[in-house]
Amino acid sequence: MDQSFRFMPESAASIAPQIDALWFFIIGVATFFTLLIFAAVIFCAVYFRRRESPVPSPTAPEDPPPQPTAGKHHANMALEVAWTVVPLLIVMVIFFWSAKLYIDVHRQPTDPLQIYVIGKQWMWKIQHPDGQREINELHVPTGRQIQLTIASQDVIHSFYIPAFRLKQDAVPGRYTTISFTPTKPGTYHLFCAEYCGTEHSLMIGKVVVMDPEEYQKWLVGVPVDESPAVTGQKLFQTLGCQACHAVQAPSMAGLYMSEREYLLSVDDPEPKRTIADEAYLRESILNSTNKISKGYSPIMPSFRGQISEEQLAQLIAYIKSLQTPPPQNAVRNVLEQSK
Amino acid sequence: MTTLNPPLDYEADLPEQASGTNYLTNGKSIASWLLTKDHKRIALLYLVSITFFFALGGIFATLVRLELATPQADLLSHDGYNKAFTMHGVFMVFFFLIPSIPATLGNFLVPMMLGARDLAFPRINLLSWYLFIIGGVITIIAALSGGMDTGWTFYTPFSSVYSNGAVVLALVGIFINGFSSILTGLNFLVTIHTMRAPGLTWFRLPLFIWAHYATSVIMLLGTPVVAITLLLVALERAFGLGFFNPDLGGDPVLFQHLFWFYSHPAVYIMILPGMGVISEVVTCFSRKEIFGYAFVAVSSLAIAFFGFLVWGHHMFVTGQSVYSGLIFSFLSFFVAIPSAVKVFNWTATMWKGSVSWQTPMLYAMGFIGLFTIGGLTGMPLAASATDLHVHDTYFVVSHFHYVMVGGMVLAYMSGLHFWWPKMTGRMYTEWLGKFAAFTVFIGFNLTFFPQFLLGYLGMPRRYHVYPPEFQTLNVMSTAGASVLAVGFILPLIYLLWSLKYGPKAGPNPYNSTSLEWQTDSPPPTENFTYTPTVTEPPYCYADREVPNVA
Repeated sequence: MDQSFRFMPESAASIAPQIDALWFFIIGVATFFTLLIFAAVIFCAVYFRRRESPVPSPTAPEDPPPQPTAGKHHANMALEVAWTVVPLLIVMVIFFWSAKLYIDVHRQPTDPLQIYVIGKQWMWKIQHPDGQREINELHVPTGRQIQLTIASQDVIHSFYIPAFRLKQDAVPGRYTTISFTPTKPGTYHLFCAEYCGTEHSLMIGKVVVMDPEEYQKWLVGVPVDESPAVTGQKLFQTLGCQACHAVQAPSMAGLYMSEREYLLSVDDPEPKRTIADEAYLRESILNSTNKISKGYSPIMPSFRGQISEEQLAQLIAYIKSLQTPPPQNAVRNVLEQSK
Repeated sequence: MTTLNPPLDYEADLPEQASGTNYLTNGKSIASWLLTKDHKRIALLYLVSITFFFALGGIFATLVRLELATPQADLLSHDGYNKAFTMHGVFMVFFFLIPSIPATLGNFLVPMMLGARDLAFPRINLLSWYLFIIGGVITIIAALSGGMDTGWTFYTPFSSVYSNGAVVLALVGIFINGFSSILTGLNFLVTIHTMRAPGLTWFRLPLFIWAHYATSVIMLLGTPVVAITLLLVALERAFGLGFFNPDLGGDPVLFQHLFWFYSHPAVYIMILPGMGVISEVVTCFSRKEIFGYAFVAVSSLAIAFFGFLVWGHHMFVTGQSVYSGLIFSFLSFFVAIPSAVKVFNWTATMWKGSVSWQTPMLYAMGFIGLFTIGGLTGMPLAASATDLHVHDTYFVVSHFHYVMVGGMVLAYMSGLHFWWPKMTGRMYTEWLGKFAAFTVFIGFNLTFFPQFLLGYLGMPRRYHVYPPEFQTLNVMSTAGASVLAVGFILPLIYLLWSLKYGPKAGPNPYNSTSLEWQTDSPPPTENFTYTPTVTEPPYCYADREVPNVA
């Protein structure tokens, strides 16, 4: 790793230069106002400094008597409005610029390479769609959209890659996602950014960005476990899921990303609609009676505490693999996502 | 004196020499201090207590900075380091920064600036000091019996399930301390509403009072929320009630919502009283009326209001919905505006003034500069996109310390020096004061500026060991911290020295216009031996003689 002193981290993802550009704009504005205030304060402190013997001498007739100022406040409406409105306009430019980038970062990618990341005290466990597993290392190809689906086995962690200018918390009890497109081959820092206990500062690793050909070679060279979807299929059998699903419970085929109708309780008069995304599948496995599929009874047992985050991810990978053909409605924008 | 229009009609009423006693000499027994209802004595009780907690927090900061001088773990174990930064944060935030100016300078000055004899509820005032001490002692016991390793933010489910520290005890201590804040806020609000001197209308109030009014509103509305939140964590930890632990059906991010709903406004509890101090000091040492009085006054209220609407900017990377992220980002930028308005108005107040370089003014000028940097470096944190990168890095650490140390602590030092002659009747050694002020300024910048660079380079906060390429900047920071320590130890020595050997100050050494200076130093127990009447707005320095001190 590069040991030399530097002022900027490496830039290795497509979003990084865009965030840097906004960064330099903000820092430019901040520097300008800092220098302005420093200059004004120092100028006043020096130029208007109190002189020796400042008491107006009564024998100096050319001094006009001081004007009484009691009863009126010093103020200048034009100035006050100016230094309220100008900063407001500047920060609004920053806000809209930033909002655009924030939305771009969170836009659902069309056909990403999906990688599972599980944080636990104090390591990162990573599983690739074809079954390759890594610990504290993440290999990704350049030029391909990557989507990480992140979960935590215990406390909150945060998956942080400074060279990509991105981080995403790993929150126990839910999935979070982050997408990026690596651009520059190299080895970069991976940090846990959310304080997580004793060895927080050892929960680090590296992200290796490779040319696509190199990446293919790497994929082939790594001993492959069975893919998460295959393990998930076995789990689906051993946990006894197939006993009901597609019989007296909804079929798993084509379920992922389909529109579902559900009830909040058996006597809920009004069905709600949602998309069966990962969060929905997760909730349905762990707390099946929270959202009752319309037309079915709430009889599925809860698997909370019965299966690990990894197994949960494998089950979901299996359900996702039962999708034929690839979803046309996968292009969801942030508006739908935040429903 | 050639005042055309005597600003305050007090001299006529002033009796010869009341009885020769002042609030310091009126009762010498320990009980007369520990059972006092005099707001000025309670202020001194607080002053001694928070100085202790500042030193305690400082010791932990020293451990942290020493450890970070090298990338490896050498001085402390992992848990030792985690406990050091946690206890630095807990003691500094809850037991120094939050009470510092309101409980000491505010306690001393709010009644005096209003021309009142005491706060509205003197007994409750004493009670709030005892709650502070009880909370503090419990938290110290927690620190000694295992310590806390959660960070001062107590994020769940780490704090409620996984931490091995004495978390429950510490939470109880902070919970009790919270009531001290609530009662102080309540006392100030009632006092400001009901006990103003004749003629002291709302828009004649010193800006110090406006700042404390806004602070009190936040204390009263915000503190109960964090008190309940910390109690929920303690209940989950002690009894397994599921609020935040997902295994019990709780939501870990809910804690962050509740915690920051208070703790973001809490940074305004910390900074607003500092802004009040700066308004008093800048006017007095520039011999000018404040520029834009109404704008400075109302901006305090605006900060208190917007401060309650921005908590979500601490959660841009938790996976909260993009909508929430955008709205909190948008609202966060609005807090910048009233702060900017204040900075511009202070600077304009100096314009064409007669600017003195006395110690309080040096600190005040330092405040304006460092608070400006602290405020402006909030922008990339309020901007959700750049926050994705710098969130939870040293950039945040540095931003926070620029506002809290460069801003709040400098304002506190400014105020402490400004009102020291009023509180003690003695002047401190001026050249030492100036020397310490420059030392603090230089040491502070050397400590924290490198941390901005570390943050953008990607060094996460709360890291015990770190990659070697970050060492140069960390060594600079540690070197700066030792300079900063000298700058804080010096005042402790020369201020204590001045108690016995400092020259007598006289009632109004700076020829200031506000009411607290229109009585003896130190003041008599009843503050004023007459009923002050106010006939003009604050800061009428144009009519006042300029003291012949440069």
